[in-house]
Amino acid sequence: MTATSSTANISVRRQQWQEFWFYFSESKTAVAGLVFLLLVITLALFADIISPHDPAEQYRQFAEIPPAWMEGGQIRFLFGTDYAGRDMLSRIIHGSRLSLVAGCIVVLLSLSIGTVLGLIAGYSRGWVEAIIMRVMDTILSVPGLLMALVLVAVLGPGLLNAMVAIAITYTPYFVRLTRASVISEINRDYVTASRVAGAGPLRLMFVSVLPNCAAPLIVQATLSFSTAILDTAALGFLGMGAQPPMPEWGTLIAENRDLMLSAPWTVTLPGLAILLAVLAINLMGDGLRDALDPKLKRS
Amino acid sequence: MLRFLLQRLLVMIPVFFGVTLVAFGFIRALPGDPVEVLAGERGVSPERHAELTAQLGFDKPLWQQYLSYVGDVLQGDLGVSLVTNRPVLEEFMELFPATAELALCAIIFAIIVGLPIGLIAAIRRGSLLDQGMMSLSLVGYSMPIFWWGLLLIILFSNTLNLTPVSGRMSFLFEVEPVTGFMLIDSLLSDEEGAFASAVHHLVLPAVVLGTIPLAVIARQTRSAMLEVLGEDYVRTARAKGLSPWRIVAIHALRNAMITVVTVIGLQVAVLLAGAILTETIFGWPGIGKWIIFSVFSRDYFAVQGGLLLIALCVMTVNLVVDLLYGLINPRILHQRS
Repeated sequence: MTATSSTANISVRRQQWQEFWFYFSESKTAVAGLVFLLLVITLALFADIISPHDPAEQYRQFAEIPPAWMEGGQIRFLFGTDYAGRDMLSRIIHGSRLSLVAGCIVVLLSLSIGTVLGLIAGYSRGWVEAIIMRVMDTILSVPGLLMALVLVAVLGPGLLNAMVAIAITYTPYFVRLTRASVISEINRDYVTASRVAGAGPLRLMFVSVLPNCAAPLIVQATLSFSTAILDTAALGFLGMGAQPPMPEWGTLIAENRDLMLSAPWTVTLPGLAILLAVLAINLMGDGLRDALDPKLKRS
Repeated sequence: MLRFLLQRLLVMIPVFFGVTLVAFGFIRALPGDPVEVLAGERGVSPERHAELTAQLGFDKPLWQQYLSYVGDVLQGDLGVSLVTNRPVLEEFMELFPATAELALCAIIFAIIVGLPIGLIAAIRRGSLLDQGMMSLSLVGYSMPIFWWGLLLIILFSNTLNLTPVSGRMSFLFEVEPVTGFMLIDSLLSDEEGAFASAVHHLVLPAVVLGTIPLAVIARQTRSAMLEVLGEDYVRTARAKGLSPWRIVAIHALRNAMITVVTVIGLQVAVLLAGAILTETIFGWPGIGKWIIFSVFSRDYFAVQGGLLLIALCVMTVNLVVDLLYGLINPRILHQRS
């Protein structure tokens, strides 16, 4: 009995997955985004092997060498070097690590806290819900970057604190989404059936209701992943995020800002890296939304 | 309508107190001895320390401190800047018009460009034009705007020499601040060329600040239009033989505007956050640059006051958007009351 139901489960899963992939792969741009993101992830994972130089190594006699395709460039330093003669390519590759990790941690933190708070708010209603939602409204009433700045001022500048601060500013979106889906799901027959069968509130919340709220949460998580990378870079640029000499992309732009005119590649290339990574994730997010949103599926 | 307004105001009250709690908690949560941090003095003598503690009210219980803080706030007293020794509210009010002018121009730019893009993309759905414009708007949406600003400065200010690098007005002109909006003040003054200078200074920051709202407006307008164009009444209009443009302009656009107005309203928080970066890059003397400066100079009363005032701006705009929403879509008003 259990064996057959679990094989049935697996085949249903596989069918769902196939259906999802069918719709997702319809969008060429989404697949392109996914491929580029996988490339960035590979770069980040194997940064030590792939990058041609140590990102912190200063080749003093080779300071401000332009990229290889420009006049005076050297093949040794494909993307050129910065004011201290550090290889830009290696710094950008290592920066991808920081940005991706920051994005992941921000999303994981805000998604988990937001989902739990949203489930509690949607399930319990009454004053618990009121308190949670008003706290979220309060966070939302301050522009995200400002809130993050103020939090970092309290926690102290640094990449980890920046991630925590950004995660806090993203939490309300997950709370609102989860609560809204819980409220629309909680009176469905399958939930009532599960309750009648004796399921406790925790089981109802996490096992019955949550999987059915997953689609909007996944889409929101993808979008948050890209904005988290942008916000981490923005805080780094303002000097409140990752601190030099860490090769975080925003920090790279900030530390080379004075060279903007004499050595523009030290500013343009890290920014291009941010733009491309964020664009790839957003392309993928769009594809995910179209594949997961049944309303748009048939149109 | 009145009832709707009161309802919305009622929801705002707890959020307002929430924000005062955050602002109040911010100062108490700062690392280090708050008295030394706030007084801007280090290593003070014990007598001076006690005096400052009493002066700042830190010797009272926390709830009393909070009540007196809220009392001060409600009377418009947001404390005194540690750097300039001027009331925070006064500083904010002086700098606010610069940010408002920048943000207004940015959102106008975003609407003027973004709305038609969204409309055309929806009407020509699936065409090369649609795909091209939507890809471009996704690029805009993914833009790290601090980098975008630097790129435009490299291109337009340094390579092409078309626009100034920073500030609101050339030093050659002395414009009397009347409204605080440089575009208007320069017109009111007799200085020849002042208006042109103001426009020159404004163009790049407004484009940079408007880029993300532009992308959002274009994308949302497109999807709102697509949804409306699939409705029965649009099919009826088409069946009646109305021209496509007439259907769009008279029937569809009005309903799509409901979504678009909300989206535009939501961009205000985005604009204020973006102003922090844009003003820093372009040396624009507004509240964004001011708040960054305050954070770095540890001017905590200024940060606290700025936080509260910016939150108030966002809340006010959200209220206005809610009311507009109700006006455009009467169903909402009747549903809630």
